[in-house]
Amino acid sequence: MTTSAHDQRHRASDTPAPDVLVDVHRLSVRIRTPLGHVVHALNDVSFGLRPGRVLALVGESGSGKSVLAATILGLLPANAQVRGRIMLHDGGESIDLLRASETRLAAKVRGRRIGLVPQSASTHLTPVRTARSQLEEAVRALTPRGHRRFGASSRGQSLTITERVRELAGHVGLDPADLALYPHEMSGGMAQRVATALALAGDPRVVVADEPTAGLDRELVHLTVDLLRALASEGRTVLLITHDLGAAERVADDIAVMYAGRMLEFGPATQLLSDSWHDYTRGLLRALPAGGLVPIPGQPPSLTDLPPGCAFHRRCPGECSGDLALTWFGERAVACR
Amino acid sequence: MSLTATQITVGYRRGAPVLRQAGVIVGPGQVVGLAGPSGCGKSTLARVLAMLLPAWSGEVWVDGVLAGGARHRIPRQLRTAVGVVFQSPRRSVDPRFTLADVIAEPLRATHVPSSDAEARVRELVSRVELTGDLLARRPHEVSDGQLQRACLARALALRPRYLVCDEMTSMLDASTAAALVSEVRREVSGRRMGVLAVSHDRELLDVWADDVVSLGSE
Repeated sequence: MTTSAHDQRHRASDTPAPDVLVDVHRLSVRIRTPLGHVVHALNDVSFGLRPGRVLALVGESGSGKSVLAATILGLLPANAQVRGRIMLHDGGESIDLLRASETRLAAKVRGRRIGLVPQSASTHLTPVRTARSQLEEAVRALTPRGHRRFGASSRGQSLTITERVRELAGHVGLDPADLALYPHEMSGGMAQRVATALALAGDPRVVVADEPTAGLDRELVHLTVDLLRALASEGRTVLLITHDLGAAERVADDIAVMYAGRMLEFGPATQLLSDSWHDYTRGLLRALPAGGLVPIPGQPPSLTDLPPGCAFHRRCPGECSGDLALTWFGERAVACR
Repeated sequence: MSLTATQITVGYRRGAPVLRQAGVIVGPGQVVGLAGPSGCGKSTLARVLAMLLPAWSGEVWVDGVLAGGARHRIPRQLRTAVGVVFQSPRRSVDPRFTLADVIAEPLRATHVPSSDAEARVRELVSRVELTGDLLARRPHEVSDGQLQRACLARALALRPRYLVCDEMTSMLDASTAAALVSEVRREVSGRRMGVLAVSHDRELLDVWADDVVSLGSE
């Protein structure tokens, strides 16, 4: 028995499950370029982020993954047109992220409710200041004035900035001695931990990690994603945006496969990887070393010039069902089976 | 006949060598993997083999000819026998060039007549599956994957006898990585190009390379 994707989404959004922290509903993003082209960055994307869970969004470059991160954080360029809804249900209130003002996003959401673990940690850090100085700045900026205490004489529940920085360092497995280092003195792993500590400075319940493992070696990839897993186990929700299926396999509870701005397949990680339904997902798995390094023929279409209908059609070995919307089968969904 | 480095000692700071007495041999039609953790000197050895970095001591031989020094000290014919693809395509192209210029640069630098060069660029472009309108774009207008395709085309432009791939695929998504590896494989089986594939990804090397050499940190 199946239900159409539309019904399913409607049910999901009209009565959101009580534990959904971020509810993304039929999100579409168009960006008009100065030359008059329209980038169809996201098309009708829906999903929910739940506490304690890691959702990995995988796909080739140019599939709209990073635009999604920017949309959730309210960091889209001014020439972007957004349709749909993103609701943040956290701390007893619900915030409509697409309609909230920039002041509200800056004061209440970014860093405090939603933290970003960036791509390329070492270039994200300020090169001329130590890790400690950057962490202190983040903590100071994100702590309400009344709660700050300084000096050895302070007692009580709130921490001094120094204590909080030490706590954050411990949280991400950073040796306190390493806080005195400048970014160029850090190894890739240390830089990654500092960047993660910065994302946690405001104690957000939602962590968005945008390609945090790009260009890292396997060991560092594992370290980075294991840290994200640990954050989820503390009751946060993690959105891991990555093209690395290996990383997704290691930590994700659920995987969403994106292609040309659309979600093609969604499901629990183990099921989706061991028994993929969409030809694109199967193609991605075959392209891995373990799958035999078989490339998917051709390249993703340009987001300024999407073909009508299924954007994967030209590269697809299978028969076309013509279905673009996700069809749900229990907890899994696929656009074309 | 091989690309050989023997007893290479080299570093970037006096008295602090990164590699001591390291060596590797790549035969024609062979893919040799060079594995090891970050910071073990893989890329340094790759740069020595690509004749971009002069070794403090030790020798680099290309098909029986000793390469003395590095870069432009080496005769062009020897230098162009080894192509190289780096990890970050963005840091290895001139941002002012269009992709077509990037690919044609080795041809221009070696004074290949422009009609031949154009034909060669067309051939390379179809090999790495770069579509027409991308060629007129500059690096900031294309993705990492598209740019790396152009960098591979550039490295293959002069039909090098050996190719050094220094983490060629580590910033790319799986499908683009597989596409580039298959293109390199085609040159290996087609005209017996030898490949030194440097990567921290042991799984990739186990599938791609005939032999894997591990470079441990000291």
